[in-house]
Amino acid sequence: MAITIDSPATVEPASPRAARDSRGVRRIKDNRTRINWWATMLIAVCAITVLVPLYFAVITALKTPDQLGGTGFALPTSVHWENFADAWTLTKFPQALMNTALITVGAVILTLLTNSLVAYAIARNLHTPFFTGVYFYLLSAIFIPFPIIMLPVVKETALFGLDNQVGLILLYAVFGLSLNVFIYVAFIKSIPIELEEAAYTDGATTWRVYWQIIFPLLTPMNATVGILTCVWAWNDFILPLVVLSDPAARTLQLSQFVFQGQFNTNYSAAFASYLMAMAPLLIVYIFAQRWVISGVMRGSIK
Amino acid sequence: MLTSVLTRPRPEQTPRASRPSAARRRVGATPRAFYWMVVPAVAVFALLHTVPVLIGIFFSFTNYAGFGSWDFVGFGNFIALFQDDRVLTAYGFTFGFAIVATILTNVISLAIAVGLNAKIAFQSTFRGIFFIPYVLAILVVGYVFQYFFANSLPRILSNVPVFRDNILTNPDWAWTAIVALAVWQACAFAIILYLAGLQTIPQELYEASAIDGATPGRQFRSITFPMISAFFTINMVLSLKGFLQTFDHIVALTAGGPGTSTESITLLIFRGGFQGGEFAYQSANAVLFVIVIMLVSFLQFRVLQRTEADF
Repeated sequence: MAITIDSPATVEPASPRAARDSRGVRRIKDNRTRINWWATMLIAVCAITVLVPLYFAVITALKTPDQLGGTGFALPTSVHWENFADAWTLTKFPQALMNTALITVGAVILTLLTNSLVAYAIARNLHTPFFTGVYFYLLSAIFIPFPIIMLPVVKETALFGLDNQVGLILLYAVFGLSLNVFIYVAFIKSIPIELEEAAYTDGATTWRVYWQIIFPLLTPMNATVGILTCVWAWNDFILPLVVLSDPAARTLQLSQFVFQGQFNTNYSAAFASYLMAMAPLLIVYIFAQRWVISGVMRGSIK
Repeated sequence: MLTSVLTRPRPEQTPRASRPSAARRRVGATPRAFYWMVVPAVAVFALLHTVPVLIGIFFSFTNYAGFGSWDFVGFGNFIALFQDDRVLTAYGFTFGFAIVATILTNVISLAIAVGLNAKIAFQSTFRGIFFIPYVLAILVVGYVFQYFFANSLPRILSNVPVFRDNILTNPDWAWTAIVALAVWQACAFAIILYLAGLQTIPQELYEASAIDGATPGRQFRSITFPMISAFFTINMVLSLKGFLQTFDHIVALTAGGPGTSTESITLLIFRGGFQGGEFAYQSANAVLFVIVIMLVSFLQFRVLQRTEADF
């Protein structure tokens, strides 16, 4: 209320125009300070929709087979941790986890080192036809969907002996190159070139300039690209499915698919296995939530 | 072979360019190091991305089964595609699914993003919750949904005709379950994109329009939507392109069934190409599919950007 008294509009309340103004001013101030509880409630209801499948997965994973049935939403009467032990051995969890972790970490590191390097060379030489050509060549690949690559790339990886974890790491770094170069180049163009010129004057090589000046400055974009690559490589199903040939190389997602048939009688163990496959990334996300969201947002604004 | 391919994309390990300083000092000349940074990586990219595309196009004009000998058949595969009921069903299903899922995803996520951007309590907590599906694997979430649709939903909605039986085994309605999973998962990323867009709108615009007596509905139509229409375009194009290539959702929920009623094009290419001895035929299907996707994306950009310009 103090707001309207302060506003000059109340000085002449006779004019209808001024009266409307004062109402408008009050609404603005209200919007800024007061919490909209209707919107909060609507959003809360929607948020529950997101959480329900997770709740469902957790309680199902903790039940004994004879507690299943009904609507499935009832809490377990007694907690049955053995499901996790069953799933652990049935899906060869440690091996699958190691494979997925190796592929994801490898893909992130290789992507960050190589893709930023390519983008740096392109961004600093866009005035030359060669680098402009390379830039547009890479960008055009963004529009090519995966299905056309799928059949031939399997033949190729088998031919080169890349139908394993190492091959997958390489494929993620290569298939991500187009989009990542696009993200990096836009950012590198905003870095003042004077820094590099000063370093060259002091006798630094191009490699050294990249590694000691540019790469550290790329940290926000490295975070963005790292997050996108990490989530993609960890959760990807189709590429490991078609590329990997050795059962010992199976990733977490792939092992869920392969062992699906064996869970026919034991849904609880299956759900325990799903939870274990989701958990690592989910835990990382819960702790690094703000950082992850801002990283993805930064990538999307580019 | 293996090691040589692997070391190629890491040019920082290669010995330094032999004459770096002399070349760089010359005004206008590009230091050789820059070529070393780009050429090996682009060569690997061409080998593992461009060459497969070309191989795919090449074999689409043959009768290669994936092994053994082959002959050129001209446009035979493409003509056969248009007479193949299984292919036509796959296109029909994929497009129907993708269009419905795209519209739902964008309407729901835009609404949620606007809500999240308003003055609400626990804003960052809610934002964190809505983004959770993005970090979860579609396949695994799909298995959870599959159990829910098959075992829980028939008991919860035991009086509703369609849901009384397992909806995933219903040839007419199984696609709706796939839409539910796809929208649930895709909204996470779309919400973040829209939020990023909403935060670029200056608050002063709302204040000025409020002074002029604009209602919240009018503010959305005249300020919010025009200001984020570029994000709307990008989101529509990306969602449709992603949903047209759907694979994981279907493997987890229906495996293309019942019959082939929910078989997506990507699943068909995968099955025919790897298990059905149809390498060339499905390559032709993939070539056709790529052309269709690029055309659709292009048309979408044109149409949506025209609406952007109207404001």
